[in-house]
Amino acid sequence: MSPSHLTCRELIDFLRDYLEGELSSEETARFEHHLRLCPACVSYLQTYQETVRLGREAFEEPEGRVPEEVPEELVRAVLHARSRRS
Amino acid sequence: MSERGTPGALDETALLARLRAGEEAAYETLVRAFGGRLLAAARRMLGNEEDARDAVQEAFLSAFRGLDRFEGEARLSTWLHRIVLNASLMRLRQQRRRPEVPIDDLLPRFLEDGHAADPAQEWKLPLDVLARHETREIVRRSIERLPDAYRSVLLLRDVEELDTEETARLLGLSGSAVKTRLHRARQALRGLLDPHLRGSA
Repeated sequence: MSPSHLTCRELIDFLRDYLEGELSSEETARFEHHLRLCPACVSYLQTYQETVRLGREAFEEPEGRVPEEVPEELVRAVLHARSRRS
Repeated sequence: MSERGTPGALDETALLARLRAGEEAAYETLVRAFGGRLLAAARRMLGNEEDARDAVQEAFLSAFRGLDRFEGEARLSTWLHRIVLNASLMRLRQQRRRPEVPIDDLLPRFLEDGHAADPAQEWKLPLDVLARHETREIVRRSIERLPDAYRSVLLLRDVEELDTEETARLLGLSGSAVKTRLHRARQALRGLLDPHLRGSA
C-alpha cells in the first residue's frame, strides 16, 4: 500500500467523521478508495450503522403500545414534595 | 383543558402563564402531561424503576424552581427532557460503581500493519417478531455493559438524540471529547453485538 492509502485501523478511526460528513474531500476520497478494496471495512461500516440503529430501536416503545402513562403515585409524590417545599 | 390532555394538544404558553401565576392545578397538569415521557427517559438512562422515579421527581421540583429561567425559546417538553436527563446523570454519579470492563478491551484489535485482527463480517438481522425482541434485549444488556463514561454519551446522543453541544454541556465535556467517546462507545457496542448477530438470521 502506498503511504496515501488508509489502513483498516485508520479507516475505522475516521468512520464517525465520515458518516457525519466531517472529512475533507481529500480524506473522503481516500476513505472511499479503501472501501472499494476492502470488503471487511465495508462490513464494519454497515454493522457500525446497524449498531447505531439497533441502539435507538432498543428503547423505542413496541408498536401499538400506548406509552407515557404516568403512574398515579408518582404524580402524588411530586405534588406532595412540592407542597412540602413551598 | 383536560387535566389528562395529551402533550401535543397542550397550550404550552397558557400553561406556563398559569404556572408562573402559581396556580395549583397547573402543576398537576404539567406532571400529568409530561411525567410519562420523562419517566421513560429516566428509565432508559438509569435502568431501574426506583431510581427513575426519584429522578423524575427531582426533575419536576427543579423545573418548578427554575420556571423563571425558562425562556420560551425551546419547547417546554424539550426543556423538561434536558432537566430529567441531568437529574438522571446526577443519580448515576451517586450510584455505587459497578465493576467495569475497560473500554480498550471492547474496541477492535489490529495487526501491526493496520489490518483488522478479526475482519468484520456482515450481520444477518432477524426478521421475525420473537427474534427481534430477543435482539432488543441483547442490545439493552450490551449497552448496560459499556463503561459509564461511554454509556452516558451513547444514550444521550443515539437514544435521547441530543446534539454534540448539548451532550457536552450536560456531561461537562468538550465537544471533541463527546465525539471521541461516542465513536468508541459505538465501536464497543458493535463488538459486543457482533457474536450474536454475525451470520445469524
